Amino acid sequence: MTAIAPPVATARHMRSPAERRRQGWVRRTPLLPALIFTIIVTQLPFLLTLWYSLESWSLVRPGSQHFVGFANYAEVFQDSQFWTTALNTVVMTVGTVLIAMVIGIGLALLLDRKFIGRGVVRTLLITPFLVMPVASALVWKTVMLDPTYGIVNFLLRPFGIGHFDWLSQFPLGSVMIDMIWQWTPFMMLLVLAGLQSQPKDILEAASTDGARPLAIFRELTLPHLRRYIELGIVLGAIYIVNEFDAIYMMTQGGPGISSANLPFYIYQRAFLGFQVGQAAAMGVVVVIMTIIVATFALRLIFKTFSGTEQAA
Amino acid sequence: MMASADVTTAEPGITTATRPAVTPRKKRGNHTVVGIVAWILGIVFFFPVLWMVLTSFKTEGEAYTNTPHIVFSPTLSQYRTVFASGIWPYVANSAFATVVSTILVLLLATPCAFALSLRPVRKTRDVLFFFISTKMLPVVAAIIPIYIAVRNLHMLDNIFTLVILYTAMNLPIAVWMMRSFFLEVPGELLEAAEMDGARLRRTVTEVILPVVAPGLAATALICCIFAWNEFFFAVTLTATQAATVPVFLVGFISSEGLYFAQLCAAATVATLPVILAGWIAQRQLVRGLSFGAIK
Repeated sequence: MTAIAPPVATARHMRSPAERRRQGWVRRTPLLPALIFTIIVTQLPFLLTLWYSLESWSLVRPGSQHFVGFANYAEVFQDSQFWTTALNTVVMTVGTVLIAMVIGIGLALLLDRKFIGRGVVRTLLITPFLVMPVASALVWKTVMLDPTYGIVNFLLRPFGIGHFDWLSQFPLGSVMIDMIWQWTPFMMLLVLAGLQSQPKDILEAASTDGARPLAIFRELTLPHLRRYIELGIVLGAIYIVNEFDAIYMMTQGGPGISSANLPFYIYQRAFLGFQVGQAAAMGVVVVIMTIIVATFALRLIFKTFSGTEQAA
Repeated sequence: MMASADVTTAEPGITTATRPAVTPRKKRGNHTVVGIVAWILGIVFFFPVLWMVLTSFKTEGEAYTNTPHIVFSPTLSQYRTVFASGIWPYVANSAFATVVSTILVLLLATPCAFALSLRPVRKTRDVLFFFISTKMLPVVAAIIPIYIAVRNLHMLDNIFTLVILYTAMNLPIAVWMMRSFFLEVPGELLEAAEMDGARLRRTVTEVILPVVAPGLAATALICCIFAWNEFFFAVTLTATQAATVPVFLVGFISSEGLYFAQLCAAATVATLPVILAGWIAQRQLVRGLSFGAIK
């Protein structure tokens, strides 16, 4: 953690303290509307969640609200469904992020080469990311993965898979297929940005020195890409941990809770079970888990950020 | 840290001088192979979208065949049904929430990003990281108090609720993105304006805004994409009056092999605006998604 503020502002103008305070406010005022708005809309609810998590409160029974301390947390930790959905969340997030990243790296390497119609292929490849998640899930659930009329089973027919019912046999996997399809372009774009920021002269020098392409890739490209891959993984993970749309549309978390992740389970608890306190307690647990991931993310973004800062 | 250690230790891989340099012809051959592979993969990835659009032009009968029809006589009847079934109020709600929230985001984010792009002070970093950290906290943990507050304010099923939440959702991205554009304004330009004795207002409107206008447009497009696609708040906080396009699609959730073609038409209508916006903004997409960290 190095300080990024270069000492330019201080030496330039020597002003009286009053003048400087005025200057400070001139600079701070434009920040305030956005800052205050964000604090009220995004931070206040988290504090309330913390408070609700210590209460027993059913939305359908008015007046049932009362303080229970950590009882909700005890209940949450004893709830086997909570642990199942927590495990699902990990499997879904890690699986989706890693597979999307591996495919994304492959596609980015292809797009980094010159060929006819590269712009068109790039456009085709980013399209999955732009499809409305709800629409994407619906399309995958029906015309793609339907056991009888879905085109995936039709294409797999020569391989002896005729009427495989993806969504009930393989619910978590089916949701992940949709998510991987949507997130691969994201990873590809980040890695491609990394590849294109590679200093070309070094690569050329290595190539004229007779280095094999594979060696160049392993020794030069991969270390350079590291930062971009890490950024893709943490940013992707932050969004995918919170995945809701695909599960809601494709499986509703079922059969049973086999494809539910924590956000979906919390949603069910709060809006179908009306258990405010328990849902809030689970929310707090998710926040803590997210903070762990986010710490890595912030550190990475900070590194990238100070890198560009120096370049700018 | 570990990878950089690897680089220094594993040097011998590069020294294979015996290998002849690649001839130009072989290189061209490689280009063709790369091109063919890339095109195939591009089409594979695009295929679900293509299939959605194709199916939307079929009759339901043609959508339900064991051997999918690639060639068929296209019909607009599914689109007619979708538009007649009352998708318009949903489209109007989505458009309103998207446009108004994006305008609000730009109004709030632009001055903020401008202030943050000026001579950096230590507080700058704290503010920036506060904004980004709000993006990382799971919405699901905030939804319960939001729902209760909105209910108590009698704002459930009200489009302005979504406008406010979408503004908060996109504000951090916009601040970071806009800041990265402001940083690209050449310092000489600002100094020249300062030398001319231009007031802050003139500097902003006549010097800075023309330079960052493309960035402003890109930021707006990214915010529009996220707002248009948002589902979680829409499904929890709206019912009939303020429901948006993604909520309209929920109606097809239990269409167990009955309305595939119609569903595809609805999904196409829902998706098309964003795909077009994304294609236009694709050069700026990376920047928006990485909070301006990558250009």
